Amino acid sequence: MLNSDTPALVIDGLIKDVGPIAALDGRMKRIISGISLSAHRGQVTALLGANGAGKTTTIECAQGLQKRDGGTITLLGEDPERPSAALRARVGVMLQDGGLPPSARPLALLRHVAGMYATPRSVDELVERLGLGSFRDTTIRRLSGGQKQRVALAASLLGNPEVLFLDEPSAGLDPQSRRVVFDLIRELRQEGLAIILTTHLLDDAQKLADYVYIVDNGASAAAGTVPELLSSAASAQGHRSLTFESAAGLDPGAALRPHLTVTETRPGSYQISGLLEPADLADLANWWAARDTMPTSLQLASRSLEDVFLALAGTDGR
Amino acid sequence: MSNSTPQSRSTAEPTSAGHGPAAGGPVNAALPERAPAERTARTPAPAPLRSRVLRQGRYETLTMLRNGEQLILAIVLPLLALVALSVLPLLDGLGASRINIATPGVLALCAMSTAFTGQGIATGFDRRYGVLRFLSTTPLGKAGLIAGKVLAVLAVLVLQSAVVAVVALFLGWHPPLVGILLGIPLLALGAISFTALGLLVAGTARPEATLALTNLLWILLGALGGIVLPPTRLPVVVQDVVFFLPSGALGEAMRNALIAGQLNFFAVVILLGWSVLASAAAVRWFKWS
Repeated sequence: MLNSDTPALVIDGLIKDVGPIAALDGRMKRIISGISLSAHRGQVTALLGANGAGKTTTIECAQGLQKRDGGTITLLGEDPERPSAALRARVGVMLQDGGLPPSARPLALLRHVAGMYATPRSVDELVERLGLGSFRDTTIRRLSGGQKQRVALAASLLGNPEVLFLDEPSAGLDPQSRRVVFDLIRELRQEGLAIILTTHLLDDAQKLADYVYIVDNGASAAAGTVPELLSSAASAQGHRSLTFESAAGLDPGAALRPHLTVTETRPGSYQISGLLEPADLADLANWWAARDTMPTSLQLASRSLEDVFLALAGTDGR
Repeated sequence: MSNSTPQSRSTAEPTSAGHGPAAGGPVNAALPERAPAERTARTPAPAPLRSRVLRQGRYETLTMLRNGEQLILAIVLPLLALVALSVLPLLDGLGASRINIATPGVLALCAMSTAFTGQGIATGFDRRYGVLRFLSTTPLGKAGLIAGKVLAVLAVLVLQSAVVAVVALFLGWHPPLVGILLGIPLLALGAISFTALGLLVAGTARPEATLALTNLLWILLGALGGIVLPPTRLPVVVQDVVFFLPSGALGEAMRNALIAGQLNFFAVVILLGWSVLASAAAVRWFKWS
């Protein structure tokens, strides 16, 4: 039996090639080049990246759905490439496309899948918890994206898994469902599940994740807790921005130090960016005072994970 | 820019094999508030293998029986063929009554309908919608999924055979007892060959192509493949070929068994050959996604 300090999932130097690809003269294309990560019990580990970065491929290798071309993966002490039934019972999977048969009805399908486990979670309780009751007997092809998503989440939880893979869990969810799903994810984390999720939404990672791997172009560009990522990027760049609203057509740039850039993003709305220091705020306040101008709004933006992500992943220019 | 994240790279991020988490210990163990909670009591376990496969078989059987188009292919068209062949003079002069010659072939047609066309189409669309991938991550697994499909094909085939046999008996069918005992395993062998072929098509072609191909082959093999009409009633050009096709082999084996009570060894070898080849090809080339 593994002790609880051993990561539930360890991926070390994962390599995945696809092809042969005709456009590359029949050569193989490396889509994952050496991703390493680990996921612990009682934590939400997020793989954050743009579409096509390699997040889904990475977790599908960990789920045993894709064969890898290099590196090692250990999931609950086993190699998931040929997973035993015992391992599959301990791991819950929610696929990006749901993987639900369109002609099935949620309740019947969940009862069927529950039968694959020795001691499944109560189907009724999951139906209640995820609000599936109103459409539990509607064929899945007639459900909305968010409804399908919740059925797929319920299906992944039926076996009371120790490890839970969620591929883009918030895709297609309306704000209420999103809150229900996020609350459930936090509760499962509290229960001690190792939760591995992928997302291209910074907000999801910021709200849910204990630890974030930023995946870009088949490699891990950075990793850390959300505060770590934010502070590392802030100290690397020291870059903030200040926005304020006032009368249109002003030129506050003349009063500020030259390395700061001022742009009027729309009439009367100004953004100052660069290495802002307290003295710069004083310059700006003096400029207002000299003209007896009061800004109608003023905001100092701290760096968001989005800035970090864009900076680290280098995706701005693409 | 992407290389200038000093903290996270140096302290937190595993970079290369040998220095990664496996060798260097937990990567993100530094997190403070994590207290792995009270989950030591239970380790989730799979249901027993037999129960998983039986469940999947039952589920797939009910899904097939609820599908109207498949029922037409599985029951209505074979019954129409049975009635037509017993009414029209297509099978006269072959040394047995029309219904005695027609019934074994129609039973073989049922196996092709369900195992090849019906099951192939269903699997093709399951693959498209990711159902195969999702179920293969549950304790059912890939092998259990395939076993469940084979069970469902056999279960539906039992129902089809019962319906066809009852109608045929009313139309005057008189099979020899030894023929029935031979016919049951032969029909099962045929179903296995056609299931393997159906899975091969469904696992390698797009579902729309699978739909077109399995329906087209059902019609072509049904009409000219030696399954319903004995080879002697087919155009001369195909007569020698059909004995090597799964359709002709199954049709002939069923007729030899249910008309004369004889086992056609050659046809059995051909069916076994198709089963082995198609299974090996499906294992090799089946794409789950």
